[in-house]
Amino acid sequence: MSSGVLPYTVEPHPVWGLYSGKLGTWLFLASEVMLFGGLFSAYVLLRVGAPEGTWPTGEETEMDWKIGGFNTLMLIISSVTMVMAWASLKMNDFAKARTYLIITVILALAFVALKLSLEYYPHWHHGLKPSTNTFFGLYYLMTGLHAIHILGGVVVMLYFIGPGASLWKTNPEYYTNRIECTGLYWHFVDLVWIFLFPILYLMN
Amino acid sequence: MSLKAFHIVFVVACVMLSLGFAYWAISEYRTTHDAALLVCGILSIVGAGGMLVYGKWFLHKLRGVSYL
Repeated sequence: MSSGVLPYTVEPHPVWGLYSGKLGTWLFLASEVMLFGGLFSAYVLLRVGAPEGTWPTGEETEMDWKIGGFNTLMLIISSVTMVMAWASLKMNDFAKARTYLIITVILALAFVALKLSLEYYPHWHHGLKPSTNTFFGLYYLMTGLHAIHILGGVVVMLYFIGPGASLWKTNPEYYTNRIECTGLYWHFVDLVWIFLFPILYLMN
Repeated sequence: MSLKAFHIVFVVACVMLSLGFAYWAISEYRTTHDAALLVCGILSIVGAGGMLVYGKWFLHKLRGVSYL
């Protein structure tokens, strides 16, 4: 440790049984649970506490379950491709892992593109802005924060597809661990959407 | 928890979402009679079954990988 090299990047720590990156990722995800947990709680409390007839209904919100459902399907498939990238690395197949990562990035970017073009833009165009009502304030906050997380994941994946891929040649196990950490983050982001979809699209 | 274990949690969440969505879609179909809702509801039930089969296949594929 005194040499300045980060310890336990590949082998698990003898006490907590995880390598450093995974422990750090889970600590980060714990803070993310609190962030999104607070927003979900705010949504539930504001909705339950809203006076009768003031919470916008399905037609007033213009939320299209078909677009939301299609986006949900894309994110679910992206989680499968993400885990397949990691599984391919475990089987020493870097080319296949890279292909799976590229597919994951494409699905993530398609999700954001659909969100912007088929939801945010028409909503904004029809005057449905964060200031319109409490529902739209929370809608833009929660889905916007989620979209930023998606883009963050895309940046990380692009790094590992591009310049970061050289690590595979020098230390393949370290690279595999980094992809696992990316996969944990990606699964968390997709899990958040699995909760967002029903409360925003189906329960109005 | 490894990505393998987290992926199984994710698959379970997806199965629950699919079944919940199917319930919602079929309930909506009863009031609106929109055929798209019925089709999506049925596809959702099939999807939930597919996810369960996939989960079993995934566990078999990564049987040598730790849950930690």
